[in-house]
Amino acid sequence: MTKKKNLFQILVDDRHRARTISYTMVIAAYIIVEAMLRSGNLSNLFINLLVPVTCYMVAAIGLNLNVGVSGELNLGQAGFMAIGAFSGICLSGFFADTIPAVPRLMLAILFGALLTALMGFLIGIPVLKLQGDYLAIVTLAFGEIVKNLIMNLYVGFDRTGLKVSFVQQTFTLEEGGRILLNGPMGSTSTQKISTFTAGMILVIIALAIVYNLLYSRHGRAIMAARDNRIAAESVGISVSRTKMLAFVVSASLAGAAGVLYGLNYSTLIVSKFDFNTSILILVYVVLGGLGNINGTLIATVILFLLPEMLRSLQAYRMLIYAVILILIMLITNNQSLRAGLQSLRNRGKKDE
Amino acid sequence: MSDTSKTPILEVKELGIDFGGLTAVNDLNLQIYDREIVGLIGPNGAGKTTVFNLLTKVYKPTRGQILFEGRDTAGQTVVGMNRAGIARTFQNIRLFDKLTVLDNVRTGYHNSVRYSPFTAVLRLPSYYAREREIEGKSRELLKIMELDQYTDVTAGNLPYGAQRRLEIARALATGPKLLLLDEPAAGMNPQETENLMQMIRFIRDHFGIAILLIEHDMQLVMGICERITVLNYGMMLAEGTPEEIRSNPAVIKAYLGE
Amino acid sequence: MRFLSYLMSGLGLGSVYAIIALGYTMVYGIAKMLNFAHGDIIMIGAYVSFFALTRFGLPVLAAVPAAMAVCTVLGVLIERMAYKPLRQATSLSVLITAIGVSYFLQNAAQILWSSSTKVFPAVISNGALQLGELSISYLTLVTILTCVVVMVCLTLFINHTKTGSAMRACAEDKGAAMLMGINVNRIISLTFAIGSALAAIAAILLCASYPQVFPTLGSMPGIKAFTAAVFGGIGSIPGAFVGGLLLGIIEILSRAYISTQLSDAIVFGVLVVVLLIKPTGILGRKLSEKV
Repeated sequence: MTKKKNLFQILVDDRHRARTISYTMVIAAYIIVEAMLRSGNLSNLFINLLVPVTCYMVAAIGLNLNVGVSGELNLGQAGFMAIGAFSGICLSGFFADTIPAVPRLMLAILFGALLTALMGFLIGIPVLKLQGDYLAIVTLAFGEIVKNLIMNLYVGFDRTGLKVSFVQQTFTLEEGGRILLNGPMGSTSTQKISTFTAGMILVIIALAIVYNLLYSRHGRAIMAARDNRIAAESVGISVSRTKMLAFVVSASLAGAAGVLYGLNYSTLIVSKFDFNTSILILVYVVLGGLGNINGTLIATVILFLLPEMLRSLQAYRMLIYAVILILIMLITNNQSLRAGLQSLRNRGKKDE
Repeated sequence: MSDTSKTPILEVKELGIDFGGLTAVNDLNLQIYDREIVGLIGPNGAGKTTVFNLLTKVYKPTRGQILFEGRDTAGQTVVGMNRAGIARTFQNIRLFDKLTVLDNVRTGYHNSVRYSPFTAVLRLPSYYAREREIEGKSRELLKIMELDQYTDVTAGNLPYGAQRRLEIARALATGPKLLLLDEPAAGMNPQETENLMQMIRFIRDHFGIAILLIEHDMQLVMGICERITVLNYGMMLAEGTPEEIRSNPAVIKAYLGE
Repeated sequence: MRFLSYLMSGLGLGSVYAIIALGYTMVYGIAKMLNFAHGDIIMIGAYVSFFALTRFGLPVLAAVPAAMAVCTVLGVLIERMAYKPLRQATSLSVLITAIGVSYFLQNAAQILWSSSTKVFPAVISNGALQLGELSISYLTLVTILTCVVVMVCLTLFINHTKTGSAMRACAEDKGAAMLMGINVNRIISLTFAIGSALAAIAAILLCASYPQVFPTLGSMPGIKAFTAAVFGGIGSIPGAFVGGLLLGIIEILSRAYISTQLSDAIVFGVLVVVLLIKPTGILGRKLSEKV
């Protein structure tokens, strides 16, 4: 049957190429950034962006599975980040004195990922019954609901244990108690335990999960359901189940990213994870190319850093960002330009 | 041909469906026995594809019963019918356009060769074993359907005839006992059609399955079908061997018009 | 009695949502796109009417057409420049472009007029109509009346004029409409024009009740009205009307009887429930695919 391949052939094999490039890019980026950190060549502004950019990479890798591979428009990814962030903050705060930072961060990420996976499943049951734009609006609605609920959530603990309430008046702690989440004020005295290294490890894990899933019967089923729902059902693929798998994994990765994000700031309010943040992640995925994970990684880094790089232009930076966004869409969808690119590509193939 | 002492693999009793007051199929009776090739013919708009959609539960019947291997299929879903053993192709080809030819066939093994998402993500040994099994079986099917030269081509870029054959390969991968082919020869030249006829016979013998096919190409239908059911205006017009159908005055009238 | 007065203010808020939702639903029905920048047209309308009323000292009845004119031109311009080249593109590309336009408008407003909140002058006298024990503020009354007038005019226009039937044809099948000699591009522009003009009306009504003008003012009403449009069945004009009114009533009632803080969660929760029961909204049409 198939011949045994040597390592080099496996590396250049089309199916594995994208994955190899991803890992190489991430590891190379890590080495370069670490070297620059060590030699003190990075500005404080840039250093502060390192953890957030890994968070957005993880959330975008997840969303790519949902939007790019599974083909469902999801406008609520930030909601899952919020669930992850604040559950992670609460868990880390609760064990602040009992577990050292590194295992606590790992535990918090695992907890946040599992909790958002569960939430994703529960939300997915109603959401995935819908199709197209209706599905999109319901994910948007869920994002808003999550934000609204967390905004009114009070969490704290004292000698008697953990206290959770939705009403400020009934939320009282005994002396010596600590507030973890203070309603609209969010979290106020979180220990910052997220690190760039942890972020990059999480990116690698996210890549491994998504790639391993893609090159499996589940990945094929997800893509089949996207390409042709009726045909997928006709070969015995339960479309609702495969869509759910993509949705839950995507939510869970957003949750893990949220934990990392939440534990990177001493104070955090939930409106950080509003509709605009969901849109931001969606933009990374779409501009990176649907289903193209390397594109997602590159687009996330560039688009996340772009407004920062334009900082000298102050007020105009978001305006320029908006113009760039529109221009990219207009250019990439230009029919004559596309045809030109295609013929160039074909010529390149013939030359080989 | 049909052995009446055996129970049919598929038995349709007084099947009918209405679309908002309009009757598309009515009072259809049909039996298909093991290893039989049966043709479903009729003028355009006679309701042939609707019958396929009823048999695969894309549409829920308004009246009547569909028994598969003696069991009532009421309440079954599209997925359930495939798992029970009915696979189909589509008149307007429905491939997974962005997947390769090999991956299209691989999807057919979704239910017969299984492993959990955790096995996939953690790359446990059984992942490799199952994937090897899927790949081996898929490549074999591609060879049978003469698609092996296209293995890594994206399905959407295949020539028309190859797309039709790929749909059959994908359907066969699900391990059906009954295969429904919706105009398999549409758009093929006489040479390709001839080739397809042999392929259909080979499939029946090799896999030991029954085949129900819709086709307009009379040469193909008369050439390989053991029995033929003629549909007109959603009703059964005639049933019998190719010879009987060819000489049936009602059929001739329906086809030639008045 | 108190319930009735809540109901009236719900109807008032719902009327504003309905007028905005009409813009979403018409554009969706004909151009098949989610115009996320619609909320920001409201914002522009609010600024234009603010300056018309304060800096230029125009009376309200002159400020309304001024805002409508500016928004109409802006809406058509956006459609021509940003959306028209994307007719063949995927809906996601169009969505991202609309988001880009939304960012653009918000940030342009911030640069032009600063991000500080401006106080909108009172445009409708503070009094109220007394009906026995029930008092309805003139503002609520004017808002509801405006919504009804808009709705009646739009329905008459769509159902009884030649252009209206061309619009319906485009909503049904653009290809067929084109074959029948309808200038589809002109119809789409017209749809954007009407939607944007309605956004201007909504802007003034909104600012009359919540007298604050700032660059992101359109976001939340935009999202709510979009929800209302989906709620009623997106693409359906009566659906937008019903959806808008219901959403307003639900929001006010849940604020009054359940919780002020959680009213948004309740509003969106109701949307989810409605879509589960009727997956294409209250008055939406069933989707189906030919096999």
